[in-house]
Amino acid sequence: MSSTDHKPRLAALDATADAIIAKYPQKRSACLPLLHLAQETLGWISNDTMEWVAAKIGVTPMQVYEVVTFYPMFKLQPIGKQHVRVCRTLSCALRGSYHTMEALEKEFGIKRGETTADGAVTLEFVECIAQCGPGPVVQTSDALFENVAGEQKVGELVKHIRETVAADNIGKRPASLGSPEWNF
Amino acid sequence: MSVQERRLIYANVGKPGYTPDIDCYLKHGGYEALKKAFAMKPEEVCKEVTASGLRGRGGAGFPTGMKWSFLDRKSGKPIYLVVNADESEPGTYKDRQIIYFDPHQIIEGTLITAYAIQAKQAFIYIRGEFQNGAKYLEKAIAEAKAKNLCGDKILGSDYSVEIVVHRGGGCYVCGEETGLIESLEGKRGYPRIKPPYFPAVLGLYNCPTIVNNAETMAQVKHVVSLGGAEFAKIGVPGDSGTHIWGVSGLVKKPGLYEIEAGKATFGQLLNDFCGGPLDGRKFKAIIPGGSSTKILKFGERFKGKLPNGTEFDWALEDIPLDSNSIAACGTGLGTGGTIVLDDSVEMIQALANLNAFYAHETCGQCTPCREGSLWLSRISKRVCSGKGREEDPALLLDIANQVAGRTICAHGEAVAWPVQSAVPKFKDEYLDSIRRAKAGEQSPYTLKLI
Repeated sequence: MSSTDHKPRLAALDATADAIIAKYPQKRSACLPLLHLAQETLGWISNDTMEWVAAKIGVTPMQVYEVVTFYPMFKLQPIGKQHVRVCRTLSCALRGSYHTMEALEKEFGIKRGETTADGAVTLEFVECIAQCGPGPVVQTSDALFENVAGEQKVGELVKHIRETVAADNIGKRPASLGSPEWNF
Repeated sequence: MSVQERRLIYANVGKPGYTPDIDCYLKHGGYEALKKAFAMKPEEVCKEVTASGLRGRGGAGFPTGMKWSFLDRKSGKPIYLVVNADESEPGTYKDRQIIYFDPHQIIEGTLITAYAIQAKQAFIYIRGEFQNGAKYLEKAIAEAKAKNLCGDKILGSDYSVEIVVHRGGGCYVCGEETGLIESLEGKRGYPRIKPPYFPAVLGLYNCPTIVNNAETMAQVKHVVSLGGAEFAKIGVPGDSGTHIWGVSGLVKKPGLYEIEAGKATFGQLLNDFCGGPLDGRKFKAIIPGGSSTKILKFGERFKGKLPNGTEFDWALEDIPLDSNSIAACGTGLGTGGTIVLDDSVEMIQALANLNAFYAHETCGQCTPCREGSLWLSRISKRVCSGKGREEDPALLLDIANQVAGRTICAHGEAVAWPVQSAVPKFKDEYLDSIRRAKAGEQSPYTLKLI
């Protein structure tokens, strides 16, 4: 875990966090929503974040840490701007997701689970992301790609990844519905 | 094609010009069922749902009306409704389409259910990966609130309810109702032991809680709008309404097909709706209702007796698409997420792929599941990497038999069932894979699954 100072940026999220907590009968229920909020703003979950969440919902930082390590979506290290998640589970594998992953590894010069040296791209094999018919599916930080098998389709995905990593807001929480991020 | 789709839930999904906003929904008769429900007493709504024979759409197929009747109403504690939109069973992608294309249908069904069970608050637990889906639902709730269809004193009645959309964190086991409840309480998604933790008695915050699947909510809307007796006429006795079949894998036209329960067969689903196998291929097997259901092999004969006493003798293609018929064949309708495998698939690789999934997703509470799922994954991977031993298929089966039935939640069964069903049916092929690798022969299979 890095010792990055996230405190000032977390303080800026206080009002949003309090509004989330108010929706629940018990504060602790807001644990996952607050972690999502922090990760989507800061990119990953730092010690500062866990301490901030713990103070907000009235538990110990360790109790937040055990939640963070349980859910695969939460990352304890910084990840690439483009988080490329290729579905590994059977429906997508049958339609070629292992071959797609190998092509992406070759393209970006990293193995699954790794991030490129410039911090642009993280490749991850994930379990079923519930769009099984048009597999293999790949969820990037900003979009969902279907039928990503074969040179042409993989090429289109690679082109999109290379074009979008330059944008600052990629993979971050959008300001409002309909903004370009997350428009699946 | 003799059988047509019958679209209740997907009536508007994919329709040109149909948008997920409330104006479009109202134009298509939206929230009329809610008004109808609010003109009735809550217990009358429950009666309609019981009369409809609706079974839950989350996989277990438990009768919805009966589930509601288990609620502990005497405790004086608040009642909660939790809608399960975690959609984590591999092969299942039906709820995603309702959430993204017709979210108000889920909101309306949720409001009707909340009213029927007199819930104090409702939650929609949606998978973390559906970032936009959660936003669509939140927008739908805000729109409904602005029109007094949700929130305070709905439609001028005395009943108020808030719906909160809650995103998960990418865990399969949080689709299990008690794991989901733990997760919603802000903890690790460790499933709870029953008894005593039956959600209807000791659920969210140890209060009586109903956990229903998202599609079930949409079905409830149609139960109310048609009336229970009328809804029960759709489908077959013992399984009413429509089922959404989400076909994936190796067929010509994978996709989602909504079919009246029992009115078509697997043969019609795969050959007529899905266009049959890919060119030059032959079907080998299907996993009928999400990855945990037991595998069915083409060429098998299924013989037995249905619950109503009728004897049957079917090929896989003849099995009718309703829960009783499919259960009688030794597997389950599950979520209707059918995964199709053809002759380009090396079966041990397919099994290793699923074993790896369950090993990744076990929560680790119960030893048989935590250790067993890893062993199954390692042994089946060992076979795929050419280091298999002849006793491995029997060993896989032995381990699976020691996991099923020995765990807190059904993840133990989900780990065991693929192995328990596939090993006896494909043992010869597994042994062939092991022998071939030992002899250093080239594999005829080029498709990589692990």
